[in-house]
Amino acid sequence: MSQEANMRRVTAIKNGTVIDHIPAGEALSVLKMLGIEGYMSNPVSLVMNVPSKKMGAKDIIKVEDRELTQNELDRLALVASDASVAIIRAYSVAEKLEINLTEEVVNVARCTFSNCITTNHREPLPHRLVVTSRDPLELRCRYCGKTQDLEGLLDNLL
Amino acid sequence: MPGLITMDDLTNEEIISLLDDAEKLLPVARGELYLPLLQGRILGNLFFEPSTRTRMSFETAMKRLGGDVVNLGDVKTSSVVKGETLFDTIQMVDGYTDIIAMRHPRQGAAQYACDSARVPIMNGGDGAGHHPTQTMLDLFTIRQAHGTLEGLNVVLAGDLRYGRTVHSLSHALVRFGCNVTFASPDSLKMPEEIVADLKEHGAEVVETDNLLDQINGADVIYMTRIQKERFPDEEEYAKVAGAYKLHARDLDGAKAEMIIMHPLPRVNEIHPSVDSTRHACYFEQAFNGVVARMALMCWLLDVKIPEDVNSAGGVL
Repeated sequence: MSQEANMRRVTAIKNGTVIDHIPAGEALSVLKMLGIEGYMSNPVSLVMNVPSKKMGAKDIIKVEDRELTQNELDRLALVASDASVAIIRAYSVAEKLEINLTEEVVNVARCTFSNCITTNHREPLPHRLVVTSRDPLELRCRYCGKTQDLEGLLDNLL
Repeated sequence: MPGLITMDDLTNEEIISLLDDAEKLLPVARGELYLPLLQGRILGNLFFEPSTRTRMSFETAMKRLGGDVVNLGDVKTSSVVKGETLFDTIQMVDGYTDIIAMRHPRQGAAQYACDSARVPIMNGGDGAGHHPTQTMLDLFTIRQAHGTLEGLNVVLAGDLRYGRTVHSLSHALVRFGCNVTFASPDSLKMPEEIVADLKEHGAEVVETDNLLDQINGADVIYMTRIQKERFPDEEEYAKVAGAYKLHARDLDGAKAEMIIMHPLPRVNEIHPSVDSTRHACYFEQAFNGVVARMALMCWLLDVKIPEDVNSAGGVL
């Protein structure tokens, strides 16, 4: 199925953000990482497991009337570092953004190790996860040094 | 602010230089020489968990160098029980002291304190994480016995899973090209993460459950205590712990210069018959905590140790 057909599964949006090339099955995690939940007023369209030349299969998300910021998008590096992001204005691509996996992921998620000092919710310093490998993705807590359980991180989003 | 949180905070050159400094300070640690290099400085001892040797040797080290010490005291009567965060405790103690030694039950607490403080933090153990000042005194003891740290065969035995001492030490040994053998029951094996790290550094790591087979080839045997509470029942504990005990008769085939170390306290893992053998090194090791921590505090406080301490120091 062509790229065009994929995009037609949901209507083109007038204004907002399109996140394409999300690894198949990760769209729900992406929504969670962006804090997009069911009760929000913006229309959100989501397609999952559609054919992709580049990836075999992929997910796509369209968020209407909201331009996601670079900071918000950088959170996605944990689950969809190669996704492509377009800001849409008046049905046209106004900007293309890249998701950046920085050397340290700050205040995105809490360390997954149960005996880490940062599990005390009242401790005020930022939560810092150091990227020790990009492919495959590996993160370690700056404080306790434990390698993070990537699935567990989704339950520990801040 | 620089501190010592893990051994990764020190280069090999810095480790050697600190061991050289510690060597110079031996007469001061023994009380044979008065050298008040840290006069007017205050050490904050923050032990959120019980400690005998680490806390006392930090205190002794500071006092032997003419400085003073303030203690957190019993955690049960401190503001920690009122719910004070570590961040706030550090902000407060930071204002009272020039340097802090800390032990905490939570892993990562030392790095957290270091990021919160303006004075240097020395990690005296954080959960099952790191214990680098113990590693420094261990390295000092090994070098004192063998004249070098390089290329030695070191056997680490007992509880390698929960023992933070052996985690920090094994990293350091590998950096100096030592061959490390881990002898432990299956349930208390060295964490895979650490073994993987060591192998990544090019180390050849041997893992075994048989300690006695390793004795004859060893230059150092580092024993640790197997804790009863790690086992579901007493019988299982007795079976496992029995295989990690050293008796003087086990040492007949050992190399003459082989040393036996233990971070102490020991329970049954080293029989008192070993104490009188030439291999027993654990009490000297405990004493070396003073010189190793003296050297470290001087370094972190940017105080240079004179080349000739005998002419710089006075008689007590």
